[in-house]
Amino acid sequence: MTWRQDKTLWGLTIGLAALLLLNFVVPDWFRSILTLSLARGSVALGLLVLWRCGLISFGHALYFGVGAYTVGLMSRYLGITDAFLTIACGVVTAGLLAYGLGFLLRQYRGIFFALLNMAFSMILYGVLAKLEELGSTDGISLETTTYLWYAPLGAENKTALFVFAVILTWGVAVLVHLYLRSTLGNMTTAVRENEIRLGYLGYSGERAVHAKFVVSGLLGGFGGAIAALTIGHVDPDSMVYWPVSGDFVFIAILSGTGNVTAPFIGALIYELIRTYAFDKFPEIWQLIMGGTLLAIIMFLPNGLWSLVDRWRGRKAAVATLRTGKEEA
Amino acid sequence: MDFELLLIILVDGLVYGSYLFMVAVGLTVICGVQKLLNVTHGALYAFGAYLTATLLILYFQVDWPQFGAFAVMLFAALFLGVLFGVIIERGLLRHLYHEDEHIIVLATFAAFLVLEDVLLLIWGTDPYLAPEPLGLLGSTEIAGLPFDNYSLSMVLLSAVVAAVLWYGLNRTQFGKLLLAVIHDRELAQAMGINVNRIFLLTFMLGSFLGALGGAYQAPAISVQPGIGVEVIVLAFAVVVIGGMGSIPGALIGSVIVGVARAFAVHQEPALELFVIYLIMAAVLIVRPQGLFAPAKPRTI
Repeated sequence: MTWRQDKTLWGLTIGLAALLLLNFVVPDWFRSILTLSLARGSVALGLLVLWRCGLISFGHALYFGVGAYTVGLMSRYLGITDAFLTIACGVVTAGLLAYGLGFLLRQYRGIFFALLNMAFSMILYGVLAKLEELGSTDGISLETTTYLWYAPLGAENKTALFVFAVILTWGVAVLVHLYLRSTLGNMTTAVRENEIRLGYLGYSGERAVHAKFVVSGLLGGFGGAIAALTIGHVDPDSMVYWPVSGDFVFIAILSGTGNVTAPFIGALIYELIRTYAFDKFPEIWQLIMGGTLLAIIMFLPNGLWSLVDRWRGRKAAVATLRTGKEEA
Repeated sequence: MDFELLLIILVDGLVYGSYLFMVAVGLTVICGVQKLLNVTHGALYAFGAYLTATLLILYFQVDWPQFGAFAVMLFAALFLGVLFGVIIERGLLRHLYHEDEHIIVLATFAAFLVLEDVLLLIWGTDPYLAPEPLGLLGSTEIAGLPFDNYSLSMVLLSAVVAAVLWYGLNRTQFGKLLLAVIHDRELAQAMGINVNRIFLLTFMLGSFLGALGGAYQAPAISVQPGIGVEVIVLAFAVVVIGGMGSIPGALIGSVIVGVARAFAVHQEPALELFVIYLIMAAVLIVRPQGLFAPAKPRTI
């Protein structure tokens, strides 16, 4: 498949253009919802990468939190507010952590993998919630973000952050898509289906999982850094506690694993339902979220993207009927 | 460190450990039989605490024998166990047993979110206090520090629950059926055991134990939103440390976690949560099947 025929790349680029255009028309609150869904979508994209090898992590708030806290601590202790530098540091820190823990985690499958991840994330939570130097349960407030020598204020800053986040996320999504198309990326499915056979073919399942894990850690850090800049504040309860990890898995399930664009769409829908429910029905917003998740599990177990697949499948079936041969 | 401090830490640890055991044992029973991690357990705990607190406040307004308070707790837990056992197992889990284990955990997470809000709808956000039973039992002085007997009685309750479960599992007919199902579900079904019924009963039993944990804890704490979220992840840690599905494992696991936490609280309070999950991670790394899970032959 050449670059020009790759529908996903086209889809991502159209999405980029659409979001950049939206920037001129949407109100402030919606822009921050969009930015947050890009952040959460990135983490869910990391989970998608893992899920393709049949693994789910109940602790990705760890990498999200590390990304966010790196940004927060740099702002507080070093006075560094440059978006490029802080995000890069957040991503690299999370990636290094994932690389280190990956040596352990790559040996685990199934529920043990999920739970060990949860244990690690709760260790970080335990540290962050109790240490005064790291902001304790109050968290850390960030200074105003700057972009190299450009230092906008107020509404302009929010716009700048949005544009910045959209472009970066586009780049990240394209990279992940290309990675998943590569041989190493394609091994995910092989790990899930039959790891022993993969071993006999001369590939190492553990190394494939490790690579996936680092990718997902990097994505988690990226999402966390973007979220920290968007919210302007980091705290353990809304960023590292276990329900946050649950929310990421929620978005991943909601989206489905079909395509790299799916997590972003899923995250946007998640964010919209959440905001709407929180605004209109503050008493029962969790009930609405839980109900949505249950409905997805029961009626759309492969996520929203399965709707796209189903539609394509129908189109292909019609084409087969007409021409009498399978569409390539 | 002197001996008295050590004693205090030990007693503190045992009390906290027995609280953990009460919550974790129901989780591990469900986990062992149905092979699923049940997040709604945290909500059961919270429901148990709320219902008990409400009933106790009502109970102490009328002039009935004060020790009836313990019957109230038992009633609340039984009621919730049966009610939620039927609703969650029949209404939700039954349709998901064929699914991937992750999906089931996630479904119980969703149900947990729903139940958390049902809790808020019923009881609101105000804290409930029902400390009367605490006064009933008085207090004991250990190493110069007063410990209320109510907390100490929790250790006794845990021991009783553990003994009853052990006896029930190993010495009764139902226990034997349960063991058969745990060992091989399909074979048990082929032998004529009604696995569906066993699953429902197990889930009710587990839910009852979770609610009982909350019910017994209710007088000792301020019952407020968020207790379920906090407790379920601790119970997960205990279950993982002891081995999923192992009752002796849950017992030892909760004692280890309880004492370790007490050490941290007395020596370096900032490490309180850190130690618990550090132990959990360490156990998963060294012995992922848990400290007390029975040995299984490798499949590869």
